[in-house]
Amino acid sequence: MGLSKLNSLYREVILDHADHPRHKHDLENSTNMITLKNPTCGDVINLSIAMDDQDKIADIGFSGDGCTISQSSASMMTDAVMGKDKETALRMAKTFSDMVMGTEHPQADLDELGDAAILSSIMSFPARIKCATLAWWALQRALLEEDAPTDEEEA
Amino acid sequence: MAAKNLDLRQDFPILNQKVNDEQLVYLDNAATAQRPTAVTDSLVHFYQTDNANVHRGVHTLAERATEDYENARRKVQRFINAAEPEEVIFTKGTTDGLNLVASTYGEANIQAGDEIVISIMEHHSNLIPWQQLAIKKHATLKYIGLTADGELDMADAAEKITDKTKIVAIAHASNVMGVINPLAELAKLAHQHGAIIVGDGAQAVPHLAVDVQALDVDFYAFSGHKMMGPTGIGALYGKRALLEAMPPYQFGGEMIDFVHEQDSTWAQLPYKFEAGTQNIAGAVGLGTAVDYLTNVGMANVEAHEQAIVDYLLPKLVADPDLEVYGPHDPAKHTGVIAFNVKGIHPHDIATALDMEGVAVRAGHHCAQPLMTYLGLVATARASFYLYNTQQDADRLLVALAETKEFFNHGAVKA
Ligand SMILES: Cc1ncc(COP(=O)(O)O)c(C=O)c1O
Repeated sequence: MGLSKLNSLYREVILDHADHPRHKHDLENSTNMITLKNPTCGDVINLSIAMDDQDKIADIGFSGDGCTISQSSASMMTDAVMGKDKETALRMAKTFSDMVMGTEHPQADLDELGDAAILSSIMSFPARIKCATLAWWALQRALLEEDAPTDEEEA
Repeated sequence: MAAKNLDLRQDFPILNQKVNDEQLVYLDNAATAQRPTAVTDSLVHFYQTDNANVHRGVHTLAERATEDYENARRKVQRFINAAEPEEVIFTKGTTDGLNLVASTYGEANIQAGDEIVISIMEHHSNLIPWQQLAIKKHATLKYIGLTADGELDMADAAEKITDKTKIVAIAHASNVMGVINPLAELAKLAHQHGAIIVGDGAQAVPHLAVDVQALDVDFYAFSGHKMMGPTGIGALYGKRALLEAMPPYQFGGEMIDFVHEQDSTWAQLPYKFEAGTQNIAGAVGLGTAVDYLTNVGMANVEAHEQAIVDYLLPKLVADPDLEVYGPHDPAKHTGVIAFNVKGIHPHDIATALDMEGVAVRAGHHCAQPLMTYLGLVATARASFYLYNTQQDADRLLVALAETKEFFNHGAVKA
């Protein structure tokens, strides 16, 4: 088979997000923050979110270290949820984790994910699913734990 | 080095398969080795002909099972040259053995203000038991650092080990840096200061001839599964006098002499440390793995792996896109080779190599303090064993070249 199968995992969009990550910086005025680790590989994501008074994501940024998949997933996630309200963002996180686990979702839900929907290809690389979900998991945790812990948590 | 070309692959049916449509090249031996048919056959044979609980029955099967189990202990004893079989305690593996020492010897002998000395290259299983013991006892945990070359810094060891040191615990061979540590020298140093020394033999026993008496270690732990034995079995060597003086690890059946309502006395060695029904079949399988290694000859195993390293390491080191950890001199490097490819995360490397049929590990290798010390998050790691060949090394090189091509020029054309 060789590397041709990799094309499905490392699509141009994914590589582009990994090489030129969007929103890769920590926010100074964040309202919600979390640091998550993938304990199996040591990848780390620091996610900071600034919610406005309408409970919308006014700004979002991330920092940390990780592989192509985790970095591009974080980049795509921040792109996708920017400006969304909390409820929508949480629904998207759920759609994403369902999608990579192979659960069917209406096309409209997938469209909402934007570029991130392309990561459904991760399904055929089970060892890498965690890499893709780390950022979305962090989003969920940061939004649900209002006074989010700043200490390290393991994903 | 003239290596006898070991031709053992027919003994390992698992190697004869394709993954992702490519012939499998298994280079994750530091995580776990594969088992020869002899070992899996011995498990089947035990269960189909001799199975019974040991030391518990007067019937024939119980006798046979007991004999199999104790034979396995004697095989392990001879393999590591322990003075007597009672000094070999069966455990679940290295982690279990090291925890046993920390929570019995350590618990009984470490006091506030004492020092425990380990190295920065330790696997978590030879680190956390000491770290937690130090926290509990208000003792100090000190780390021996590395030289620029990635070897254990013996000058630092001489400074860190002092008269306050009670326990020194060091990996005999590293699962990341690819070095063999001078355990005998460290033992001498520890003993000069009145400390005991614990060797983590997880990466040593499978690959080189180990003589616990020549090393003069006080305890030495290793795992069956990294030396082609079953999972869930390992052994802990301990000097008799120390084992005799230690409190038991766990309480229950098998480990008692006499039980009264309000107190109990303990069984003789080694049973004092083997509470409950043990992994009998596992021990039998480990004994068979020891036979297998003895038949091949540990000198041949070493020479074979060294020949692969002599061939491969210089090629990896010469590649400007690669960073290879540990000594770059093949004579100082074992078959455990950790590396990174510039600009490509080790996870992406491992996935790409897997698509080429080459199984390597990527991650922190259960050595997070080492990763932090080296300023790394993770590395890729290829690790070789007696059934690997120079062709396997070539397959790795080709797969690495293609991986670099893929990530440097975007997706390959399908
Ligand atoms: C150096 C070293 N020590 C300890 C261990 C732990 O061995 P086990 O998981 O078999 O207990 C390993 C295995 O990963 C190792 O490489």
